[in-house]
Amino acid sequence: MEEEKPQKKQSKDGQKNAFQIFLEELIRGAPEHSSRLRRVWQVLSIPVLAILTGLLVGGVIIILTTEEVFAAWAQSPLASLAAAWDVVSNAYSALFTGSLGDPARIIAALQSGDGLAIRRAFNPIFESLVSSIPYIFAGLSVALGFRAGLFNIGAEGQIFVGAICAAFAGYAITGVPAIIHIPLAIMAGAIGGGLWGFIPGWLKAKTGGHEVINTIMMNFIAFRLSDWLLSGPMQRPDSFNPVSPTIQATAVLPRLFDHPIRFHLGFFIALFIAWLVYWFLFKTKYGFFLRTVGANPHAARYAGMNVLTGVVLAMTMAGALAGLAGANEVLGVNYHLAMAFSSGYGFDSIALALIGKSHPLGVVLAALLFGTLRNGAVRMQLAAGIPIDIISVLQGLILAFVAAPAIIRTIYRLRAPEAHEEEVTVSGWAGD
Amino acid sequence: MAETALRRKVVYISPTRQRVMGILFLSLAALIWVLFSRPVEPGLTTTFVLTPGGFEVVLTPLELPTLTTLNVLATLSAFIGAYQLVRARGFGRHTNKVLAIVVAMFILGFLTWAAAGRSFNFANMLNIALSKAVPITLGALSGVLCERAGVVNIAIEGMMLMGAMVGALVGSVSGSLWIGVLSAVLAGGLLGFVHAVLSIKYVVNQIVSGTVINIFSIGMTSYIASKFLNVYRHLNVPGIFPIWEIPILSNIPFFGPILFRNNMFVFAMFFFLFALHFLLYYTRWGLRLRSVGEHPEAADTLGINVFRTRYMAVILGGMMAGFAGAYFTLGSVGRFNEVMTAGRGFIGLAAMIFGNWNPFGAFGAGLLFGFADSLASIMAILNVRIPSQFLLMAPYLATMMVLAGVVGRGQMPAADGQPYEKQ
Repeated sequence: MEEEKPQKKQSKDGQKNAFQIFLEELIRGAPEHSSRLRRVWQVLSIPVLAILTGLLVGGVIIILTTEEVFAAWAQSPLASLAAAWDVVSNAYSALFTGSLGDPARIIAALQSGDGLAIRRAFNPIFESLVSSIPYIFAGLSVALGFRAGLFNIGAEGQIFVGAICAAFAGYAITGVPAIIHIPLAIMAGAIGGGLWGFIPGWLKAKTGGHEVINTIMMNFIAFRLSDWLLSGPMQRPDSFNPVSPTIQATAVLPRLFDHPIRFHLGFFIALFIAWLVYWFLFKTKYGFFLRTVGANPHAARYAGMNVLTGVVLAMTMAGALAGLAGANEVLGVNYHLAMAFSSGYGFDSIALALIGKSHPLGVVLAALLFGTLRNGAVRMQLAAGIPIDIISVLQGLILAFVAAPAIIRTIYRLRAPEAHEEEVTVSGWAGD
Repeated sequence: MAETALRRKVVYISPTRQRVMGILFLSLAALIWVLFSRPVEPGLTTTFVLTPGGFEVVLTPLELPTLTTLNVLATLSAFIGAYQLVRARGFGRHTNKVLAIVVAMFILGFLTWAAAGRSFNFANMLNIALSKAVPITLGALSGVLCERAGVVNIAIEGMMLMGAMVGALVGSVSGSLWIGVLSAVLAGGLLGFVHAVLSIKYVVNQIVSGTVINIFSIGMTSYIASKFLNVYRHLNVPGIFPIWEIPILSNIPFFGPILFRNNMFVFAMFFFLFALHFLLYYTRWGLRLRSVGEHPEAADTLGINVFRTRYMAVILGGMMAGFAGAYFTLGSVGRFNEVMTAGRGFIGLAAMIFGNWNPFGAFGAGLLFGFADSLASIMAILNVRIPSQFLLMAPYLATMMVLAGVVGRGQMPAADGQPYEKQ
C-alpha cells in the first residue's frame, strides 16, 4: 500500500524494534509449531478480511440504495447486474483516486514536469496523511486506555478541550517566536485533554464511578463548554458565528510543501508521539506497571503496585493524547476553532484501536487506513454521488467484524486459534 | 477486573456526606440570597400563569411579591441546611428527599427572580418539560430493560436515530403514522437483535458492540437522509401525531391541561412506565429477567434460560429505543434531520443511572433532565444573562455526582456488562 511508505521510511532504524515487538505481540495467540509467516497470517487474517468484508458489504449497501439498479431490473436482471457493477466500481475507484491519487494523472504530471501539476497529482495522498493525523492521536489515546484496562470512550470530549486550549494559546499569546509558540500551543492542547481525562480517572480511582459513563458525560460537558466559549468569551470579535479568532502565524504548524499540499509537521509529531507511547508502554517500568494493571489488577496489587495511581495516570495520558489530536487540527489544518469540528474521531478511534490491537504501530497503520477512507470519501461524494456518511457505515461494519472474529471465521471457514484471544478487558458498570 | 480493587461499599450513612449535604443546602440558600434576592428592587411582583397557552383560563394566575418570596425561600433553605449540620445525623435516610426539596426551592427562586415584574407561564413550561422528558424517559426505559438483564446498552442513541429515520421514511411512504411508528419499533428491535447477537452469541465486549451500533446508525441514517430524504421531499413528510385530550381529566385545574392534553407519545410513555414497573417487580417474567442480570449462574441453575432471557430483553430494549426515536420525527418535528437525536440517547443512559436502574427513577430523572432542557429555552425567552449551556450541562454533572456517590450510590444490577458463558 502506498500510504505506508513514509511510515516505513521513518521506522527504518528507530522502529525496527517496535515492529519486532509488534510481531511478537501479534502472533502470541497463534500456535507455536507453525512457521512464522503462517502465524502472522493467522493473526492478520482477521483485520484484513474484516476490512475486505466491510468494503464488500458497503458495496452491497451502495447497490441496494441506487435507483439505477432497480430501474435496470425492469429491463433485465443482466442489465441490473451491469448497473450494479457500474455503481460500485465507480464509487470505489473514486474512493481510490480520491485517497491515493489517479495513477494516470500522476504519470502525466511527472512527464510534464510542471511543479504545480505534480503537487496537484500527489495531493490526494498527502490529504489522506493529513486526515489520518487526528486518528493517530485519538487511536493512541484509546489504545493506551485499553492497555491499562480502561475504556476511554471520551476521546471526543478530550479532543474538543484540547482544541479549545490550543486555540486559546494560539491566538491569545502574541509576540513569541514560532519555536516557542508552537510547542506551547501543543502543550496547552495536551494539558487540556489531559485534564479532561484526569477527571474520570480520578473519579474512578477515588469513588469507583465507571469511566465509560463518566467519559460519555464529560464529552457532552465539553460540547456545552465549547458552545458557550465560542459564543461568548472566545468568539471572534467581528463575527456572529461561533468561531474563535484565527491563531497567530507563529503558532501555525509549518507546511512542508507548497500550495495546494496541506501536509504539515503534525504528521511527524504524531509518528514521534506514537513511538514515544510505544517506548513508554514497552520500555519503561511505568509502562510495564500500566500494562500489568490492565492485564490483571489483582496480580498488580499483589505485586505491590498502586492500581489507583495507574488508573489516574493512564486516563490522564490518554486524555493528553486525545488533546493533541485537537491541538493538531487547530494548529495544522483549521487555524481556528469552530463548533462540531471533530466529527466522530472519538468513536472511530475505538474501532481503530481495536483493529490495531492496541499497539502503537498497529494504531498508526489503522489510522492511515481510516484517514485514507475519510479522505477518499470526499471524492466519492463529488464524483460518484455516494454520500460521505457511507464511511461511518463501513467503519461500523469493520469494527463489528474485528470485534467478533467468529463472524469472519464462519464466512471464510478459517480455523479458530487454539489459544485464547486477547480481548478488551473492560467489565460492566458494576465492576467485578 | 480493575473495578474490584476500586469498589467501596456504602452501607451506613456517611457523616462526611451528611456534612457535605448541609454545606450544600446552606450554599444554595446563600446563592438564592446573593444572586436573586439582593439585586431585586422591592415592590416588584412575579406572576406565574398556571394554565398552558391556548387553553381556557380556569386558575387565576399566581402573583407573588418577588422580594418577599425570595427571602422566604432563602431563609427556609438556610434553616434546612443548619438543621442538617447541627443535628448529629441530619435528615438521615431522608437526606435525598430534602435535597430534592431544596433544589426545587432554588429553581423556584430562580424563576421568581428571572420573571421579576413580569408574567411567566409556569404551566406551559412544565408541559414543555414533560414532552422533552418523553424521549429521555423512553430511552432510559430501554436501558433499564437491557441492563436489568445484564447487558449494557450504550447504543440507545443509535437505536433512537434509526427509529427516527425509519419512522419518518415509512410514515411518509405509507401515509400512516401508526405504520411509521410500528416500523420504527421494528427497526429498533432489529438493532437490538444485532446488539444481542454480538454481545451474547459472539461475546463481544458490550461497550464495543454498542459503539458498533452507534457508528453504524449515525452513518446509515445520514447516508439514507442525504441520498433520499433530502432529495425527494415527499419521502420526509410524515406529519405528527395530533394532540389528544382526555375528556374529563383534562379539565382538572393546573394538572389537567399539563398531563392529559398531549400527543400519543406522552400517554404511551406513562403506559410503558407503569407496565414495565409492574412486569419487572410483580411478575415471574420480571423476576427471571432481573435474576439473569444479578446472578446468571444461579438463574441458570434454577432452569432459567439465560441466553433467551437476555436476547428477549435486549430486543425489547431496542424496540423501546426505536419507539423513543419515532417521537422525534412523528411526535415532535415532523421530518427527519441528520443526527437529530443530538445525544438524547446518552441523556437517556444518564437518566437510567440517575434513576437507579428502575422505571420510576428513570422517569423522575427524565423529568428532571427535561425540566433543565426547558428551563434553558425559557431563559432565552426571559432574556436572562446566564449562559444556558451551563444549565444544559446539569444532567451530565448530576449523573457524574450520582456515580461518584455524592447523592447516594445506585444499586446497579450485579452482573451488568458481564457476558455469560455456560460452564
